[in-house]
Formats: sequence, structure tokens, C-alpha cells
Amino acid sequence: MAYLLKGVSILGAAPVDLYIEKGVISGKPVDGATVVDATGLIALPGLVDVHTHLREPGREDAETVETGSRAAALGGYTAVCAMANTSPVADTAGVVEQVWRLGREAGLVDVQPIGAVTVGLAGKQMAELGAMATSAANVRIFSDDGFCVADPKLMRRALEYVKAFDGVIAQHAEEPRLTEGAQMHEGEVSTRLGLTGWPAVAEEAIIARDVLLAEHVGSRLHVCHVSTAGSVEVLRQAKARGVRVTAEVTPHHLLLTDELAAGYDPVFKVNPPLRTASDVAALRQAVLDGVIDVVATDHAPHAVQDKECEWSYARPGMLGLETALPIVLSVFGPQWDLIADRMSIAPARIAGLDGHGGDLTQAGTPANLTLVDPAASWVVDPAGLASRSRNTPYAGMTLPGRIVATFLRGEATVLDGKVAK
Amino acid sequence: MIKHLRSAADLDAATATLILDTAAEMAALSGREVKKLPALRGRTVVNLFYEDSTRTRISFEAAAKRLSADVINFSAKGSSVSKGESLKDTALTLQAMGADAVVIRHPASGAPHRLANWVEGSVVNAGDGTHEHPTQALLDAYTMRSRLGRLDGLRVAIVGDVLHSRVARSNVLLLTTLGAQVTVVGPPTLIPLNVAAALSASTKVSYDLDSVIPDSDVVMMLRVQTERMQDSYFPSSREYSRRYGLDLRRMKQMQEHAIVMHPGPMNRGMEIAPEVADSPRSTIVEQVANGVSVRMAVLYLLLGGK
Amino acid sequence: MAQPRADAPSKIILEGSDLSRVVDRIAHQILEKTSGATGTVLLGIPTRGVPLAHRLAARIHAFEGVDVPVGSLDITLYRDDLRLQATRALGKTELPPGGIDGLRVILVDDVLFSGRSVRAALDALKDLGRPSSVQLAVLVDRGHRQLPIRADYVGKNIPTALSESVKVTLTEIDGADEVKLIGGLQ
Ligand SMILES: [Zn+2]
Repeated sequence: MAYLLKGVSILGAAPVDLYIEKGVISGKPVDGATVVDATGLIALPGLVDVHTHLREPGREDAETVETGSRAAALGGYTAVCAMANTSPVADTAGVVEQVWRLGREAGLVDVQPIGAVTVGLAGKQMAELGAMATSAANVRIFSDDGFCVADPKLMRRALEYVKAFDGVIAQHAEEPRLTEGAQMHEGEVSTRLGLTGWPAVAEEAIIARDVLLAEHVGSRLHVCHVSTAGSVEVLRQAKARGVRVTAEVTPHHLLLTDELAAGYDPVFKVNPPLRTASDVAALRQAVLDGVIDVVATDHAPHAVQDKECEWSYARPGMLGLETALPIVLSVFGPQWDLIADRMSIAPARIAGLDGHGGDLTQAGTPANLTLVDPAASWVVDPAGLASRSRNTPYAGMTLPGRIVATFLRGEATVLDGKVAK
Repeated sequence: MIKHLRSAADLDAATATLILDTAAEMAALSGREVKKLPALRGRTVVNLFYEDSTRTRISFEAAAKRLSADVINFSAKGSSVSKGESLKDTALTLQAMGADAVVIRHPASGAPHRLANWVEGSVVNAGDGTHEHPTQALLDAYTMRSRLGRLDGLRVAIVGDVLHSRVARSNVLLLTTLGAQVTVVGPPTLIPLNVAAALSASTKVSYDLDSVIPDSDVVMMLRVQTERMQDSYFPSSREYSRRYGLDLRRMKQMQEHAIVMHPGPMNRGMEIAPEVADSPRSTIVEQVANGVSVRMAVLYLLLGGK
Repeated sequence: MAQPRADAPSKIILEGSDLSRVVDRIAHQILEKTSGATGTVLLGIPTRGVPLAHRLAARIHAFEGVDVPVGSLDITLYRDDLRLQATRALGKTELPPGGIDGLRVILVDDVLFSGRSVRAALDALKDLGRPSSVQLAVLVDRGHRQLPIRADYVGKNIPTALSESVKVTLTEIDGADEVKLIGGLQ
């Protein structure tokens, strides 16, 4: 099907009529194209999330590839990288191919599996990274996310090993001995609440170690969900030295602080934990500076019983796919080039997703894009989200920016704010 | 009056003083032949205990019964709690049973806050994780006031594992609210980095017990678990005891009127020497008796009215 | 029960020396009825019953040189209407050193109305000991009893409407002696 996006503004530029045909941006008008009135709407390259938990296989009660894909499309995403901490763990070609195939079947976003670095995420023995890389899933990002690859020798080897197929290790930076039993950011609030602290240094120490290792072996490193001002400084210095490191931050770390733990509602429990207002400020600046390359959701659905309980017993994590762009918009305002880079172009580059994050002004660019109404605002209602889970920390908040439509290779996955298939 | 007692921070000075004054009346009445008072007749108090604490449970039970409330003990042993029923499901059961108050002891910090979302009655924190134990702080304050006549301006040293102590947290909050000057003392590993900013700006920190003792009206010793040794908080019981234990030599440095407190259970020979625990300065036995009066006051003030 | 509004019209029934004379009269009646107030204890019901009990004891001493022990009996925990109001602070309960067992207890209160306070006082008293008899002295009886209770000594009977209320103030607590009738249809 062909589409005419009438009066659309590409990244805030003057309105144009944009034609889509045969999966790509068309350079000339197309007869019989379905007209989408895009007056006042902004076209962004389809968003790419390098950090999504889809929970399938294993916890289909919390999310499936299908429900997660719907949430992603509604959030403006055309590609998501599915983390490996499923059950079974995505540490073999078989599991990553299964996830990849489920994504294709859902057909709403490109689901790009991330492979585990170590067998069973146990941090002991390297998984068959090469087999995953050459599987149908074509894995490029490897991560034990949820756990840190804490063993420095194993981390060094993994960084080296993936060079053979241009892979990247995405590190969940958390020194495990410094965070035993940790429940929230270590600071005034944790002292007041009597919750075991997760000190910032536990993240910063691992990032510092890993940028030195990456530098030493000349490998690429990606740092997941950077959460502290100190981490930003370590990354800033490493980048200045030319270390091949990229980093992501989550929308929630750009907005929320540890004060929210005061009522012990585990909807605010996440790993790494919500930090202080000065960390939030440093992270925002790092996104503006490019020290942080990517905003990634760390979309982490959890079943009701895993959140409606005592704080210490609750699982960490927050929904993110359907609220990421509105949060980023509320934090940075309509800086569309910045948003497109941090949420689409840079993540597509890091994940090696060639058809994503393209230039929408060029004919022939794959038609992976999303249309946003920046003037619309909406109130987050957990029950109204497409995710199977309800653990959004933004319930009741009014957010700017409504996703009106999303196109994956020229086909509408979302139209009028609803899933189109 | 407040609805719940989840934290000592729920209490302003007027409310805390009202509780202490009410406790004094309760204490005066408890000397009588007939110990029961009819005030809470027809009210149901549930003791929901996820941790073994016979002392605290019995204290709350005695308090509720002396006010003629019906008491239901719901303990982790021998109930659905041990079969893994969630706190929320348990709360809904208690709600259906018509609990007017739930007294909860729980190993997870903040469990009383969660519970208060799911029951209509009052929630009383009887100790949650490493967070708070507000009725212990109230009975400590009551004991200090009975012995020393005031709280305002009193210099109180709280000594030991402040980091993991719910008693310490509640005491710092309550005592500073009532005008006392609190110094927390212990090895730096067991004192939170930001205790004054987190709890109360006037709180002082010292790592040197000997320098604090001569200036203190109250020396409150906290229980120190020997397991902390395995986790490198301090090297050995012997070294801990030598640096932070209250022995006879240190007790002799105390002022004439100064008292020694301990929330119990004590590690005799570790944080407190037996001769100190049994000395006339020690209020340890009074603390137990005062516990019932203070808990009667709390239950009455939470449940006695509309 | 509906309370009169704060700005409702009011009428002073007793003040200053009138009130003292009424107290004197009750003291005389007690002496007369109890053959010199021997074996007698006065228990004031907080708040205003307590200073009244002390005044009665002082007057009895002045008239006859007899020392009548005085105490206070708080009834809060025994009230049957606790749950109808916000939680009330407790008053003091203090028995005289000789206790009450085997003695004649005279309960002292400011106003007798429905009789429920007196019933609560009788319940409280029963938990404290076993007096040989119990009597009741009140400054004002305003009628409208809901229970079979009457006073042995009444300072002043004030017929009232239910829409009215009687307010007693005493120097010890309020800074002035006064009995006022407030509200009603005038
Ligand atoms: Zn992670």
C-alpha cells in the first residue's frame, strides 16, 4: 500500500507532502496513495530501542513478544532489541532465533534479539556468541543485562572475542559485591527508609574498569542505563581519549528521583535505582553533549504480584516503550534532531540495524518512521497501555506528545494512535 | 490524632507528648486490682508477626487486652503466611475479619506502609526490617522522662549498629522532635554516611565512645549481631567490645544521674557488660514494663475515638 | 445532640460569690447527711469536678475542722460514647492514700444531665475498689436524665431545654466562677 503523509513536518522542517511506496520513501507523487492528514505532525525516523525486556520465553504472564511489539509500535518504535534474560536464557542460537521469529510473526516492529554473554547469565562461561551472530537472528549486541559481567578476565575476553563479527558487549554496570541486598540509591533517602543502599560507585567503578579494558583491547563497549553523574564523567573522559564506548540512559533516569521511594511503592523500584536530582541534571546534560549516545527504555514489564508487595520483595523495573518519547519530549522540548539522533539514528548504528534511523528526506530510505503530534497531551492510565503489565511509574501524569502513526517498511503498524493490524 | 503509626516521623511534638502523657495515666491505672479497662471493648486488634518476637508481641497483646480489645494473633508460623500468601492477600483477609488495627512486625522495611494501602483500620509498626520501631522509641522516651524528668535538652548517646537498627532510626526521629540532643556513636562502617541529613539535622556523629560518655544523660546501647563481623563491618567481637562496648570502666565515666538503656535482647559481654546491665543505672527492666503502658496509649489514641 | 452555636444568646445563672454560696450549701448538706463527713471520700470527676471536690473539702474543713480526703476519678476509658467523638485525652485518676474500700464515696461533678457520665464513674469506681456506699454531688442539675440516676446533693436546679447547654467555669481552670445558660429559643 502507498501512503501520502500530507503536510508533514520532517524533524520540525517546513510541511511537505511525503509519499511512501514499496516500503521506501518515494521521490515523486504516487497515484492512489492513501492520504494521511499529517498537518501539525512531526515525522521522526522510527524509534529504535537497544534495551527492551519482552519476557518471552518464560514470563508470558508479564509480556509476550506480541504484546511488547504492540507497545513498541504505539510508542513510535520500529525496532527493539530484546534482552537475553528470558527463561530459558537467550544464550544459544536456538533461543535467539525463536525470539527473532516471534518478532517476525507479530510483524509490528523488528525484534532484534540480544544474546547473553555468558551461559545462563551466570558470569562463568562464555556463551556461543559466534553461533548467535551467524544465526538467522544475526545477533550483534551481547549482554548479561540484569547481571553485570563482573569477572574482569571474562569481560576482557568477551570484548575481544566479538571483534571477529563486529559485535558489541552491552554492560549492565553493577559491582555485585557493592550492591549485595541493595534496594535503592544509597543516600539520604535510603538511610531514612532503612533500605539497603546501591551506591553510585558500584556503577562508576565497573564503567571505569570496562572503558580501560575496551581501550586496552581496542574493542567496542556499550554501557547500559547510565544513572549517575560520576558515570557521565568517566564516560566523558574515555570518549575524549578516543575509547570506542557508547552509552545509554533511560527516560526514567532523566526524570525521576529516589525521593519517590518514600511511600515504598515498588513501581518506583528499578535497577539501577532512581538517583538524585543532581544525577538527573548531569544525565540530561550528557544527552545534550553526546556523552550519552542513546535514550533506551529498559522496558521491564512485571506481573502484578511482583509489584503489589513489599518493596524488598518486588522485582525491579518499569514499563517504558509507550512513554519514552513523551518523557524525552517533556525533558528536552521539541529538539527533533536531538531526539531523532538519540532515539533512532544512534541506537540503529550501535545495533547494526541498517534499515532504521534513515534520512526521511532522501528518496529510497526505508519507510521506517513515526508521526508525533507535539501539541497533544495525554494522561497516563496504566490500564490503557498495550503492554500486558501495568508497572508504569508515570500513572496519572500528563505527558506531551501523542504518537499518531508508525510505519514499518512502508506498512502502517499504528494509525490514529491505534495498532493498525 | 493520627490514623497510623508507621514511623516516628508520623509524630509531631504535641502528639508524641500526648502519647507519653496518656501512657503515664495508663501506668497509674495498671497498678489496680482490676487491670482491664473497657475503652476498646468490641474492637479487634490483629498482631501480624512475620518475625519471631515474643517480647514485642506479648507487649502489644497485653496492651490490647488491658483495654478490652479482642486480640487475634496471626503469626508466620502455623498460618497461611508461611505458605507464601502475599501481604496483600493477608491484608484483605484481615480486612474481612474486621480488624480495627493491625500491629505488624515484618522483615521488610516499609511493609507497614504497604499494608496501610490495603486495610481500612489503623496500622501500627512493631518493627519493619532495618527501618523503624516507633513504639520502642516511645517507650524509651517514656523511660527517659520518668527517670530524668524531661526530654528537652537531654543529651542522648545511641551506640552501636545504627546502620541496621530500626530502634536507632525511630529514636533519633522521636527524641529530636522532643528536643533532645542525640549523638550516634559506633564504628564508621555501622553509621550511615548521611545520618543527620537523612533523619534530623541536629544529630551528631561520633566514632569515639569515651569522648561522648561523660557528656551524656542517657547512653543507649544497641544490639550488635555477631554476623556483622562476617560482612567486615568490624574485625572481631573482642575489638568491637573494646572500642564500643559499655563496661564498668566506661560506666564510671558517666555522670551521677546518667542512665543506661538497651532495647533488648542483649548480647551480654559484647555491647554491654553484665555488671552494667544489672546496675542501678540500667533501665532495662523498666523499659519492658513501660512498653505495655506506651502501647496501651498508642492503641487507645488510635482506636479510642471516632 | 445539637450544640448551640458559639454566638448563641446566653444568660448568666450564677457568678462569683453566688457560686461560692452554692458550694457552701452543698458542704453543709454533706456534713448534715453524713453525720459530720466521717468515713467519707470526695472524688472529683475531671475536669471541673476535681476543683469542686477540693473546694467542698476546704469548706467542710472550715465549717467543722474535719479533713475529708479528696481524689479524682477519670471516666474517659469507661464512657459509652467514646466512638462518637475524636479520641479524648485522659484525665487523672488519683485515689487518696487511704483508698476507698469500706468508705462512703461522694462523686463530685459540675453538671448532671443524661446521667451517662455518672454511670461511667460507677463502672470506673467498681474497678478501683469497694466503697461502702456511693453518693453524688453536683453543682447544677439541668434535668433530662436518660438513666435512673439522681444526685444526693444539688447546688442548683436549672430547668433547661434540650437545645440549650449549661456552661460552668471555675477560677482554678477558667479564671472566673460562672454558670451560664447558652442557646435555646428566646
Ligand atoms: Zn540492566
